Amino acid sequence: MKLQLKGVTKRFGTFTANDRIDLTVQPGEIHALLGENGAGKSTLMNTIYGLYSPEEGEILLDDKRVTFNGPGDAVEAGIGMVHQHFMLIPVFSVTESVMLGYEPTKTAGIIDFAEARRRVQEISARFGFDVDPDAMIEDLPVGAQQRVEIIKALSRDARVLILDEPTAVLTPQETDELIAIMRQLKESGTSIVFITHKLREVRAIADKITVIRRGKIVGEALPDSTETELASLMVGREVNLTTQKDPAEPGDVGFSVQDLTVVSRAGKVVLDNVSLDIARGEILCVAGVDGNGQTELAEAILGLREAVDGTITLDGTNLRRMSVKDRLNAGIGFVPEDRSTDGVIPAFSITENFVLDQYDQQPYSNGVAMKPSVMREAAVEQTSRFDVRLGTVDDPISTLSGGNQQKVVLAREMSRDIRFFLASQPTRGLDVGSIEFVHRTIIEERDKGTPCLIVSTELDEVSNLADRIAVMYRGVVVGIVPGDTDRDVLGLMMAGVPVEEAYAQAKDHHTILGGADEGAQA
Amino acid sequence: MSDQHTPEQATEVETTAVQAQPLQEAESRLQPIKWKFPITYALLALLSLSAFTFLSPTGAVTQFRLATASDFVTLPAVNIPSFAGALVLSLLQLGLAALAIYCAARRIKLGVWLPMLFGLFFVLAFLIYAGAGRGAFIPVVTLLAGALMLSVPLIFGAMCGLVGERSGIINIAIEGQLLAGAFLAAVAASFFTSAYVGLLAAPFAGAAVGGLLVWFAVKYHVNQIIVGVVLNVLVIGLTSFLYSTVLTQNSEMWNARQQLPRLPIPGLSQIPIIGPVLFNQTILVYLMYVIVFALHILVFKSRWGLRMRAVGEHPKAADTVGINVARTRIFNTVLAGGIAGLGGAYFTVGQGLAFGQEMSAGQGFIALAAMILGRWNPKGALLAALLFGFSSSVGQVLSTIGTPVPSEMLLMLPYVITIFAVAGFVGRVRPPAAEGVPYIK
Repeated sequence: MKLQLKGVTKRFGTFTANDRIDLTVQPGEIHALLGENGAGKSTLMNTIYGLYSPEEGEILLDDKRVTFNGPGDAVEAGIGMVHQHFMLIPVFSVTESVMLGYEPTKTAGIIDFAEARRRVQEISARFGFDVDPDAMIEDLPVGAQQRVEIIKALSRDARVLILDEPTAVLTPQETDELIAIMRQLKESGTSIVFITHKLREVRAIADKITVIRRGKIVGEALPDSTETELASLMVGREVNLTTQKDPAEPGDVGFSVQDLTVVSRAGKVVLDNVSLDIARGEILCVAGVDGNGQTELAEAILGLREAVDGTITLDGTNLRRMSVKDRLNAGIGFVPEDRSTDGVIPAFSITENFVLDQYDQQPYSNGVAMKPSVMREAAVEQTSRFDVRLGTVDDPISTLSGGNQQKVVLAREMSRDIRFFLASQPTRGLDVGSIEFVHRTIIEERDKGTPCLIVSTELDEVSNLADRIAVMYRGVVVGIVPGDTDRDVLGLMMAGVPVEEAYAQAKDHHTILGGADEGAQA
Repeated sequence: MSDQHTPEQATEVETTAVQAQPLQEAESRLQPIKWKFPITYALLALLSLSAFTFLSPTGAVTQFRLATASDFVTLPAVNIPSFAGALVLSLLQLGLAALAIYCAARRIKLGVWLPMLFGLFFVLAFLIYAGAGRGAFIPVVTLLAGALMLSVPLIFGAMCGLVGERSGIINIAIEGQLLAGAFLAAVAASFFTSAYVGLLAAPFAGAAVGGLLVWFAVKYHVNQIIVGVVLNVLVIGLTSFLYSTVLTQNSEMWNARQQLPRLPIPGLSQIPIIGPVLFNQTILVYLMYVIVFALHILVFKSRWGLRMRAVGEHPKAADTVGINVARTRIFNTVLAGGIAGLGGAYFTVGQGLAFGQEMSAGQGFIALAAMILGRWNPKGALLAALLFGFSSSVGQVLSTIGTPVPSEMLLMLPYVITIFAVAGFVGRVRPPAAEGVPYIK
């Protein structure tokens, strides 16, 4: 089916998220929509899917104008969408998830489960998906959950399929399988709109690329454009895709965890005997698909979660029994995974957020009295050092962009004397400029001799920063490999394949993206 | 298992690796042994052995009466030697406790049969002790009939809570819905001098309260717990005001007693013991059976149930497949209110009583506890409500025949069970994920 947008505009209050967007997707075309975080890609797709109604412009399907009052209308018209955050209900079975909203029923509204199951099996057989129709969603790995989402869209005869950042949660090998599925769909005439900010994928998959920046379409490109061209189109200026850094000069071990084990409230072992040593002046990145224990590792180190076993050693002191506050005072600098809920208090001013973990210490307070003027001065000084673009430091931090909020968090953590730096997903949701800045700052911290532990699910970030990489799978460290390890090897390890085997398998079978990589380097 | 790498070695290609093992092994190694239940069983069994067995007067006999005079089949009374009976039951309990301890140490999971069997033995041992040598009968049929009678409003209330919360609306106003149902049933029945008219009117009162709740919750995103509490106060205030003005001034017209007739089901009602308990009831109780059975099927097997659960778990996901979240929540909460209103009718026309101020007496909150204890499942909620009703009934029966235990202690029992239930003693409960969270696009 042909999808056409003409002058689609979507505003939220005074903010224009999509400004007069024109876009044409031909039948059987894989069309990539490339743009930075916050460029307005997801808003545009949600508009096509009927979740938002546009202020201006029109949507045409096969040259006929359509208006949607809700996602139901869009689905009816043949549009399917796989959201970045899956729209699946954890306690439902695969069959229940797929049929929801379109249930085959017998008399009195009783669901015909046999028919529903048959539909799921039929579609999964057609595309070679290996999905058990009776499995519970929460028990499935993310890759399989994504397939359930695709089955869901296909079961409603979607002829335009929107995939919103579909590779964000996948290993390179799973991405390969997804690409194969996309090509198969394309063969059968389905149009695919594929949203991403990852340049290498676009080049490997897309037939056509539309670049969007700050809500406007800034250009179109073909997949044979170089990554640098695409990057400058996406960001609007020349960008360095890799951060310059000198080889690490690791000293003695500054921070280490040994046999760290964490049991979740539900009684599941989420961190199983994890041991890591980090030298002074070294960055160790923890890679892995989201939800394999990385969050729990960071929280256990900071003390937000109790470890049932193991030691956490900083400069020879075991921190395991200490309170969070004592650990921070012992010299841990921490950047949490979710900036908006754990990193800052949105309604507090920039100054207040800046002293959030030091407000009761010299020089910001004296006994019970805080010293607002000292705090403010320090905030002004440090925010300008960290290049935070702000009005005044008295404004609520929620008035800042995500990138600038993250810079305030970094300023807070790095402006005190830290002995160990721990960051979870330090650049999640940031624009390219801020990502560059954050990476540079972390490398500077390393060069000062601080041991750094960075948890990231983005392989780009991991290869950019890491001196060594620890790959986690289901609460276990699968192995620790050098920072320049091949992505295919990392991808296999992220799926639980042990190191030697991962090297052997990766040699035999290159992923499409790995191949694209080599093409780019050549 | 541990990784022995030092940074110096890191420049070489990795040599050691950890096999990513399935987590189950680590789980069985590390999961804390749950001693809570086995220890509770052991303590209760010892209590049964020491108190119920050895405090029973020697040579005494406990008499259980298994039928009432009006029954079709009159079973003879059963005499049980108190000491021996209690001893056997206590030893059985000790056996079960030992089994529970053994299985806990081996991390073997046991089914729900164990607590049920244990509870049965414990209660029987207690009854033997309580009735030992008193010359009075333990009226089994009365005990069970009373249990069902006291459970009826709880079951209706729990079903109401379940339907509301499964669609994402926390309903603290069950109490108010029961009371409103009781009030309107009494007034309508009295005015039209027909108990059936009262029965028809009651659901509307409950649905109106449910409607108010969901209107504030969905339209204005007000905290649902606060709205629920306020609605309870509103209904108590309104009914008490009308009671003390209109109803007492002309009670002949507005608050005369009307009773739903008992409709014994031919055949079934003649079964010994359970016949008179279950099948010689009013239409309201039969309606309750139908509602519980229907919900048991519909919540998990129907389109309505699937969509209701989807909206209560992940409203955005429901929205993306074209389900109208607000409409689903409104419909279900109003429907749930109707169920509770019907339950409220039991207080007045169901028992042939006139309306009295605050006559629901906190049953709505116990119903809420039954729903939680039953883990938002119709079957579980039914069993939990019956348990609460039974413990109240034991308290009432024993306080009339007189026991060595103060009857106030026994009447306290359902509330003690409620506290343990709500405090999560029965294990981790998992409420609908989006319960109480307004859906804002």
